[in-house]
Amino acid sequence: MTKNKFHKINTKDIISLESICRKENIISGKNIHEDYSHDELAEEEIFPEVLAIPENTEQISKIMKYAYENNIPVTPRGQGTGLVGAAVPIYGGILISTEKMTKIIDLDKDNLTLTVEPGVLLMEISKFVEENDFLYPPDPGEKSATIGGNISTNAGGMRAVKYGVTRDSIRELEVVLPNGKIINTGGKIVKDSSGYSIKDLIIGSEGTLGIVTKAVLKLIPLPKISISLLVPFPDMETAIETVPKIIRSKNSPVAIEYMERAVIKNSEDYLGKKFPDSSSDAYLLLNFDGNTKEEVEKQYEKVAHICLDAGALDVLISDTEERKESIWTARGAFLEAIKASTTKMDECDVVVPRDKVAEFIKYTKFVEKEAGIRISSFGHAGDGNLHVYLLKDEMTEKAFQNKLTKAFDLLYSKGEELGGHVSGEHGIGYAKRKYLEKTMGTDYMNLLRGIKNVFDQKGILNPGKVC
Amino acid sequence: MNITVCIKQVPGTSEVEIDEKTGNLIREGIDTKMNPYDLYAIETAMKIKENNSAKINVISMGPPQAVEVIQEAYMMGADNGYLLTDKKFAGADVLATSYALSQGINKMDNYNLIICGKMTTDGDTAQVGPEIAEFLNIPHVANVKKIIDINSNSITVEMDMPKTVEIQEVKLPCLITVEKEIHQPRLPSFKLKLATAKRKVNNITFKDLDDSNPENFGLDGSPTQVLDVFPPTSDRVNERWKGTGKELGERISKKLKKLKFVKDN
Repeated sequence: MTKNKFHKINTKDIISLESICRKENIISGKNIHEDYSHDELAEEEIFPEVLAIPENTEQISKIMKYAYENNIPVTPRGQGTGLVGAAVPIYGGILISTEKMTKIIDLDKDNLTLTVEPGVLLMEISKFVEENDFLYPPDPGEKSATIGGNISTNAGGMRAVKYGVTRDSIRELEVVLPNGKIINTGGKIVKDSSGYSIKDLIIGSEGTLGIVTKAVLKLIPLPKISISLLVPFPDMETAIETVPKIIRSKNSPVAIEYMERAVIKNSEDYLGKKFPDSSSDAYLLLNFDGNTKEEVEKQYEKVAHICLDAGALDVLISDTEERKESIWTARGAFLEAIKASTTKMDECDVVVPRDKVAEFIKYTKFVEKEAGIRISSFGHAGDGNLHVYLLKDEMTEKAFQNKLTKAFDLLYSKGEELGGHVSGEHGIGYAKRKYLEKTMGTDYMNLLRGIKNVFDQKGILNPGKVC
Repeated sequence: MNITVCIKQVPGTSEVEIDEKTGNLIREGIDTKMNPYDLYAIETAMKIKENNSAKINVISMGPPQAVEVIQEAYMMGADNGYLLTDKKFAGADVLATSYALSQGINKMDNYNLIICGKMTTDGDTAQVGPEIAEFLNIPHVANVKKIIDINSNSITVEMDMPKTVEIQEVKLPCLITVEKEIHQPRLPSFKLKLATAKRKVNNITFKDLDDSNPENFGLDGSPTQVLDVFPPTSDRVNERWKGTGKELGERISKKLKKLKFVKDN
């Protein structure tokens, strides 16, 4: 696909778009704010020709119909917190921001669902449902992301060990297809064996198959009690090797995270706030929930003994709001904190089988030496999804790019060798396409391209992404 | 050095009901926790213990279930615990509480330093610490945010005043109440939980105290009576705005001018 194929936007197009959305919601040329030219891990800034900020499904449908008829590329965007460039309009055209579609439409207490528009922020969803004694199970770290963005990348988060990822918590989607038609897929139903699951295809498609304009989320009753354990270990290897033992014990933590001292120190500097323990180089952070203190204590005590038997230095208990806040605020700030500790970074969001996490982490230490680049990592030890950050520090851009290529090649090859995949939760966008292609093979990629073609024969919706 | 730390069990949430007749908090059947400020007091004691050899004794006044906070203090590294508990202590106001605690402290190991949290989150008075010191006739410094030095004779601290910081050197024995920023409290240790599971908690009851006059304790010993308890009202208004940076910028500029927070040029 080449740039030349697409129609370049002119005054007539802008007038047409202004007849669909309100005039102030169609912004073009130099009036487009710099924020809309990149995401959180931008390699470069690429501006759309027009920024459209629609207020409802019908407007999105009309924009898509117009773009389809006129061969204009369209890129959907939430809050731009992505890390792989999926929301960057690399072919220009129209950028559709869902920032004005922020209504929480309906809390259905009989079917345990919440219906929302795509621009609602994750933090608003969790606050709203928790005030009503419900839990939206996924818990991605970036709380200022939109639910639309979360659906697009199939975001995972920290509670995946017990409650699964975004895909497991979506009941129904309203989607605008590339030709402007509106479809509903899924429903307020618990089971569904009615043909191919288009809903599950849309989830994780990074806005390449359709634009999500409404979502029905699955809720569960809010567990009344939650207790975290912060477990210091003498070294990362001992820490990570304990994880399969915990999983094998059939106790079910909500989250199992690993973290290293250096990243905790970054976070302390970034937040200006001390972490409750700094005695050790490596930590596991576990979370348990339930409805009575006794039930939760019974679970965590078994796991605490497993940790101590496996060589943990201690098991520290976080059982009050203040204590949990002191730990989880730091955990939530890791990405930003690492970013603040260097000049530029790129990331590898690989996912491997849970029993291979230790091997992969050990391998990152090897890559650090082999490629000559500083690496910081943290991640979801309990579900095998690791966040490995490659840091530029004082390197020149050219040296950084060279080292990145070498390090990424090594990391993704190792991930594949261990039975893993390129992305656990951040997606492919344009930044990870070549690694997806390399690890999944041509036959698999042709299937993806075939699916894309069924939805979008003209290739106008988020071109250049995923496949 | 012997350090005594005063701790209290408080409701685990702010959604507590109030007994309309007595004006007291209804504590039965609700989740409890250690008063958050007392965690800073224990941590301060632990930091002193780490740098100088010290023994940490904790005391709490409350019903029998308040033993939980003493066990929690053991899990943070405290050495001995005392629970001041008796029906005669029930319904105590700030003065009667401070008096009972001062009587209880006299029945414990000798102390060189007493540390209290600045205040409790259920009473909010910040008076019990200083009043204990007055009853014990020892010097005291409230709102301590940093310990600059401690030796066998004296302690030098930074006291946080609303607009200034005052540095004070005080002779031991003395009492200090500590602020949040003094240290990040450590988390309770599961290892210490196992190690101290059988460590006893010493009960101190009315009959153990030097003062045998029941009229000095509990409701009888309380000159203040609570007429009403209600959550504080707030005139804070939250507004949430959405829009582009430009729109929001203009809007906040207009609002600040309207409120006369900035000059309208």
